[in-house]
Amino acid sequence: MAPAVLIQNLQKRYGPVEAVKDVSLTVEPGQIFGLLGPNGAGKTTTLRCLCTLTKPDLGIVEVAGVSAIKNPKKARQLLGYVAQEVALDKVLTGRELLQLQAALYHLPRAVAAERIKATLALLDLDNYADQKTGTYSGGLRKRLDLAAGLLHQPVVLVLDEPTVGLDIESRRVIWDFLRQLRDSGTTVLMTSHYLEEIDALADRVAIIDQGKVIAEGTPSELKDQVGGDRITLRIREFAPLDEAEKAKAMIQALPFVQDVLINPDQGNSLNLVVVPQSEALSTIQQALKEVGLPTFGIAQARPSLDDVYLAATGRTLLDADVAASGKRDPKAERKQNMR
Amino acid sequence: MTTTPVKPNTSLVAPANSPLKTPGLLSGEFFQETFALARRLFIQLQRRPSTLIAGIIQPLLWLVLFGALFQNVPEGLFGTSQNYGQFLGAGVIVFTAFSGALNAGLPVMFDREFGFLNRLLVAPLASRFSIVLASAIFITALSLIQTAAIIAVSALLGAGLPGPLGLSIVTLIVLLLVLGVTALSLGLAFALPGHVELIAVIFVTNLPLLFASTALVPLSFMPTWLQAIASLNPLSYAIEPIRYVYLHTHWSLSSVVLQAPWGSVTMGVALLVLIGFDALALISVQRLLRRTLA
Ligand SMILES: Nc1ncnc2c1ncn2[C@@H]1O[C@H](COP(=O)(O)OP(=O)(O)O)[C@@H](O)[C@H]1O
Ligand SMILES: [Mg+2]
Repeated sequence: MAPAVLIQNLQKRYGPVEAVKDVSLTVEPGQIFGLLGPNGAGKTTTLRCLCTLTKPDLGIVEVAGVSAIKNPKKARQLLGYVAQEVALDKVLTGRELLQLQAALYHLPRAVAAERIKATLALLDLDNYADQKTGTYSGGLRKRLDLAAGLLHQPVVLVLDEPTVGLDIESRRVIWDFLRQLRDSGTTVLMTSHYLEEIDALADRVAIIDQGKVIAEGTPSELKDQVGGDRITLRIREFAPLDEAEKAKAMIQALPFVQDVLINPDQGNSLNLVVVPQSEALSTIQQALKEVGLPTFGIAQARPSLDDVYLAATGRTLLDADVAASGKRDPKAERKQNMR
Repeated sequence: MTTTPVKPNTSLVAPANSPLKTPGLLSGEFFQETFALARRLFIQLQRRPSTLIAGIIQPLLWLVLFGALFQNVPEGLFGTSQNYGQFLGAGVIVFTAFSGALNAGLPVMFDREFGFLNRLLVAPLASRFSIVLASAIFITALSLIQTAAIIAVSALLGAGLPGPLGLSIVTLIVLLLVLGVTALSLGLAFALPGHVELIAVIFVTNLPLLFASTALVPLSFMPTWLQAIASLNPLSYAIEPIRYVYLHTHWSLSSVVLQAPWGSVTMGVALLVLIGFDALALISVQRLLRRTLA
């Protein structure tokens, strides 16, 4: 069986900007596949190439074995695309928008009516269906957009940053919904620059940075690959630097400790990478006591996807995100992306 | 929503290997999508009727105010028209249809700018020509409503009413003009970078084309250079036949409707000029639309 989505060596540049340099990924049917990367990594461009909105410069793009480049009309039938920015007609009601959507996907009248009813119920939109979408809140708008993307029962649902800008509650509701959707058999390809989101939802993840896939696997595979556990140690709430240095020198000498960093942003706390072992915390605390240093707090955790990103790029996802968002000109890009 | 249980719904999964046909132009699917897109425009109109109301009131004000302005003009000055109001009726009908059609591209441009067009472009449309056709249907319907209102009011103002055949010629001419101008406007909506540029183009075309036509005064009033321009202006070829059927109960395709500097133009020739204008407009935008919408 052909993979739900196959992208190979995708390339796309906008003038001098190489938005996508080399992206390859394979999404198996029935998965939630997460594309994680900081702002500007090339996630949206990749999805636009998949959904036939942008012609790639090079590469293979297939949906369930159908080439989105050679056979875009067939590919469109198989895809449901929910863009990063919700574009609704604010004069139409939610129901009218879904009716339009159903006609654009050529659903017969009776089927459309039934699906609209079911989809509205599924996303708990019944009470708002006959109000104009101009009156909707952000969460409602996103849910209606999601409903529109699902109406024709696509083989692959493609979601670009489905929860960006939403409140915690709306975000959780959408997470639950996506899990249910996956369990009922729909393949989901989603992007996010929130690692908790990908960690919580994705069966497989590709981490993308500056237009390239830098890591791919299940979230736990990726974390295992970076190896080691992470320990955060705070001697005091705000430790003086000399104490922190003293503790660092002492801890570095312990056999199971691989790396120690002092984090001045967190009151000179110590960030440790250690070989996973059960006595790590008590051993460290004991050693501190022997040199007369207190322990304010200590916690051990498995590596996160952020550690995966850090290991591959040398910076945290958050830093990369902040650095990139200042450099972009959303208005100019929108103009460029206008069709 | 949190409490809505989702049954493991196998019908939510489209069979990946189902034979997929892709319908083309003039298929049932094409009409379905065209109808749905046009319906959206009519719903917008119904919820925001101010454009339509303004679009009807404005030409009526033209008729009444311009008519009053030139009320005391000596008889016979405007050719065989009994009064200026009668002369002006044809000009207002054509100019109203023209400006309406010229604006046809604006909603499409806003759809491009707001990203709504992407919704249409990721859908498996039988043909993206449906997006253009839906706008054309909408604008045509709008123009016909406006035309009917103008004809009715000018009849009340004493301009008279052409016979049934005359009215069908008026309708035909309005349709021909709207078709060509709508095509050009929609072409511009895809060619220009944004609504500011489109509005600028509409602005610099609209009034000059009105003044350089026979809408407000006959050709004989104009200096030679303007006569030359006005007798090249497609608007004149729409206005003069309509004016003629308003004034003459008996007319035929060989009736002379316009005395251009280089010779007389018959009803038949005027219609041919309009058809030629449409053909030219459609051919010139077809390439453009094919490039952006293919
Ligand atoms: N239409 C465009 N014109 C010029 N540059 C663009 C355009 N779209 C995206 N880019 C640039 O390409 C890079 C990748 O963008 P994008 O795919 O939107 O990233 P992401 O969705 O991961 O934030 C960014 O540097 C962005 O500024
Ligand atoms: Mg993006």
